[in-house]
Parts: sequence; structure tokens; C-alpha cells
Amino acid sequence: MSVISELSHIKTDHPRSAEERRARRKAAGRDNKAGYLFLLPWLIGLFVITIGPLIASLYLSFTEYSLIEAPVWNGLDNYIRMLDDARLHNSLKVTFIYVVVSVPLQLGLALAIAILLDRGMRGLAFYRSVFYLPSMLGASVAIALLWRQIFGTDGLVNQILRVFGLDATTGWISDPRYALSTIILLHVWTFGSPMVIFLAGLRQIPSMYHEAASMDGAGRWHRFRHITLPLLSPIIFFNLVLQMINAFQSFTQAFVVSNGTGGPSDSTMFYSLYLYQRGFGEFEMGYAAAMAWLLVVIVGALTAINFYASKYWVFYDD
Amino acid sequence: MTDLTARTELAPATAVAGPARAPRPRQGRGLGRSLIKHLLLIIASLVMIYPVIWMLVSSFRPTDVIFRSPGLWVNDLVIENYTEGWNALGTPFTSYLVNSAIIVIGAIAGNLFSCSLAAYAFARLQFRLKTLWFSIMLVTIMLPIHVVLVPQYILFNQLGWVNTFIPLILPKFLATDAFFVFLMVQFIRGIPRELDEAARIDGCGHWQIFWKMMIPLMVPALATTAIFTFIWTWSEFFTSLIYLTDPEKYTVPLALRSFLDSTSGSNWGAMFAMSIVSLIPIFLAFLFGQRYLVKGIATTGGK
Repeated sequence: MSVISELSHIKTDHPRSAEERRARRKAAGRDNKAGYLFLLPWLIGLFVITIGPLIASLYLSFTEYSLIEAPVWNGLDNYIRMLDDARLHNSLKVTFIYVVVSVPLQLGLALAIAILLDRGMRGLAFYRSVFYLPSMLGASVAIALLWRQIFGTDGLVNQILRVFGLDATTGWISDPRYALSTIILLHVWTFGSPMVIFLAGLRQIPSMYHEAASMDGAGRWHRFRHITLPLLSPIIFFNLVLQMINAFQSFTQAFVVSNGTGGPSDSTMFYSLYLYQRGFGEFEMGYAAAMAWLLVVIVGALTAINFYASKYWVFYDD
Repeated sequence: MTDLTARTELAPATAVAGPARAPRPRQGRGLGRSLIKHLLLIIASLVMIYPVIWMLVSSFRPTDVIFRSPGLWVNDLVIENYTEGWNALGTPFTSYLVNSAIIVIGAIAGNLFSCSLAAYAFARLQFRLKTLWFSIMLVTIMLPIHVVLVPQYILFNQLGWVNTFIPLILPKFLATDAFFVFLMVQFIRGIPRELDEAARIDGCGHWQIFWKMMIPLMVPALATTAIFTFIWTWSEFFTSLIYLTDPEKYTVPLALRSFLDSTSGSNWGAMFAMSIVSLIPIFLAFLFGQRYLVKGIATTGGK
């Protein structure tokens, strides 16, 4: 069961009668002391590392703060400034394009390959390892450096194109038209992680369904469309939500590929990269905090839209 | 959607009732299809893995040859990239490896300790507000880190902990990687409750049940946590970039990135060599831990 189905489960799990509620309350207190003792490290972390800073950053977002002097209250100034900040608007655009293109591409490829990898087929373990490995390496600086070389003017890609007699002189990373695509490609390259999840999900679908449908004369496409897809939809949905949240926060690859600039001409200026530049380059902590809250609002809204839209395509089989 | 569902539900009945109507695909056709599939998968595998293998081979070539050789042939193998890269930055690469190792070990210890405690409480103990805390825990998995980043930095800065490893290790001892708490909760739920009850009848308290019984039974979940923590912490860049500014304190990813500045990003041979060095631990963890990784992300729906 995923985080998301778990969350929706909690919502529906209400005691019905008053008696049941009383019994529950009694049971709920049974291990009070032990429960909170075991939970203590997590609780301290929750308040000191998460909730405290969450409140503090909300406060800071209404101040001007450079780390050196005390924060100065400036009301909505940071938020008003965001309305006029063209680089911020650009970074939102870049991030949106990245999320909207790379996440569906990555998940689509993951699903396609997972379906190709039949149960018990020859070489399954080998293929799975080869496809899964890049998603373990993909977050590293080493691979981002490799990408810088591969998509450089004289990099691997152009060398291979030249072998085929093409006059390849495009610097994929130095050209603002293509730089973002190389980072999208890097994300798609890490499709192995959702693929493994889809593989596990596919194994859960009773083979009986497929056998029965093919006896009724359903072809491959119909079985995929009317059996596999609906039964896999909760898992697809879960991956879509989490991948979108993660993609919105992407940082390392854009940072290394552009060597911290978000260039050329801000074409790889991801939102979190711009936030980093404002906060930790210019030490405009108040503005960075306001940007962080805008990020939370956007990610929250996107997740809410995802949940709303899921009613129309996600199928729960229980 | 509903009529399709009805159809799949009805389908098994027809399967039992009637004899096989659709003939199985003929052997020849099946073989051809399987060949095409394998061909597709092999091409895809090659495309996926080629850049990494090429980087490995290139790390044994002089830099000017790297830019002329898209293939995998090495005429004269040079190891200077490694010896040179090891000492190309201010400090020998050994010290970056040691720094990374300290942080990784601390993070693994922290996650194993704090996440297993919290998971046991959530999965087995009955205490007030449990549902509320559990929901909060699930939500924190999805919370963007940026929103707590600035105040955390201010806090650690005021404590004088910037340029130490504490901001990178301490949060792990406070179970801030809630994803692993969730993973372990899922795992504990699969352990029969009868075992707890038997232990309780034998007079064991919660601590004894947790330590003597639960921990040994949880080894697969702990292994998954340890391996994921290893791989993620080893590659972790953003937080280290913020907290570690003194080159002596750099982790491997920070050191690799600083190649771009120190050699103006031109010494690709050395950069590739050290990149390979940095990837070896991840590769080994993947090689020996793959079973746990696959099982781990399959049971939690992954991250």
C-alpha cells in the first residue's frame, strides 16, 4: 500500500457508534507512555527540524533578512516583489516545462518497458538491473558532469553523429534552445525506479483476468486498455504525484550542468536553483523564504488538482 | 468504466464454462514476437548503459583522445587521470572519501535507530493522537524541503554548526526521513501479532519486544533502509552545498563539482576518473543490495 492510499484510508476509518468510540479511546491510551517514548526522536525532529522552521520561514517571508542584521518586518513586500520578478517568472516557466515534459515521459517509458518484461521471461533479472541502475546513479554529480561532456560541442553525442556523417556542431548544453532538453533527458534516463514499482504492480494482477479476456477474443491492446491500465492506475497515480513533487524541487542536475548559473540565458534556471541563488548567493533570506512558501502553495495546488482529477481515471479495486 | 469492470469480473466465469475458444498463438509467431522484443530490449539496454561504460573507458584515455573517441577501444591505457585527479584539488581525494564516509555512516546509524523506534510505535502501540501523528508523518514525506531550509540554516548557523557534519547527520537521528518510517511500518504490519502477544505473556515489556524480537525480524526492512540511505546520502548534494563551504570539509559530490572551477572544467580525464571513483560505492551497493532495493520500493510504492 502506498503513502497515498494510506492517507485516504485514515480519512475513512471512523468509529461508528458512541460505544465503539469509547472503547477506542480506552484502547488508544493503553500504551501512552511507551508510545510517546518510542516516538520521542521523531517528535523532537518534527518540532525542531520541521514545524518550527516551517513557522519561522512563514514569518521570515514577511521580513527583510540578510543573516547579519536582525530581520526587519516589511509586510507583503517580498510577495509583491515576486509579482514583478521576471527571472522568477522565467524560473517557474522552466520548472513547469521540465515537470510537465519529463514526468509523463519517464513514467510512460517505465510503464512500456515494465509491460515488455513479461513474467518469467528469459533475461528478466539482467534487463531489470540494467534499467534500474541509472536511477541509482542519476542523482549524482558524476553523472551530471558526464552529461556536460556528452552534450558539449565536441561531446559524445556529436561525435557519434559525426560517425554517421552529420555535421554536428551544436553545443546542446551551451545553446539555450536545447539545454533544458538535456536535463529532461537525464530525468527520463532514470525511469528504472518507477519501472520496478510497475513491475511489482503488474505481478499483482491475477493472470486469470488476462486469460479470460483473451478467451473472449480480446487482443493485446484491449487487454492492456481494459485490464492492465485500470488495475495499475492507483500505482500510476501514486508515482505521478510523487514524481511531480520531486521534479518541482530538482536542483543538482541543473546546478552542475550549468555550473551554478542556470544558464545559458536562464534556460536551465530551475525554481529551486533561483531560490538558492537568492537565499545563499545574495543572502536575501526573507525573499528566499517567500519563494519557498510560493513553492509549497504551487506543489500543494498541483497535488490537489492531481487528486481531484484522479476521480476520473484512477480505479480502486476494493 | 463500470461496464468494463463488470466484464472483467464476469470473465472468469466464462473461462470455466466454455472450452478455450481463442486458439493459442502459433509457436512460430510467438517466437518471432519474442525475438523482436529481446532485440528492442537489448538496444534499449545498450543505449541506457553506454554513456556510463564510455565514461569508464574514457577515464583511461588522455583528455584529447576522449574528445575524439566515441567508441570503446583503448589503444594505450593511461592511469595518469587517476593519479592526477586524486591530487588535482586542494586536498587529496582520500579526505573527501573519508568525509563522505563519515556522513554516510552517521546517516545510516541515525535512520536505523530513529525510524525503527517510530515505526514500532506507529505499527504496534496504542497511544493518544496516534492517527494525527501518523497523518502528519505521511504529509512530511511530501513536504518540499526548501520551505524549512532557510530557518534550519539560521538555526544551525547560530549553533555554530555550519562547516561541520552535524546538520547533515543529526536530522537523521530525529527520523526526518519519514519515508523510511513508513517503509518499516509497512513491514512490521506483516509480522504476525501473535508473536508480540506470546512475548508479552512471557513477561517482556515493549522495549524487550522491540529489541529482542522485532529488530531481528525486521532485518530485511533495515537492510533496505541502510542501502537506500547509503546511496542517497553518498550522492546528496544540495544540503552539503549549503552547509559545507570549507574545502577541507567537502564531500565527494562537492569535490567533483569543484573540478569545474579549479581546472576551469577542462581536465576531463581527471574528472572522469574521479567520477568513476565516486560511482564505485553506489555500484557495489546496488550490486549486492538490489534484492532489498527492489523489494523495498515494491512494498511501499517507492519514492
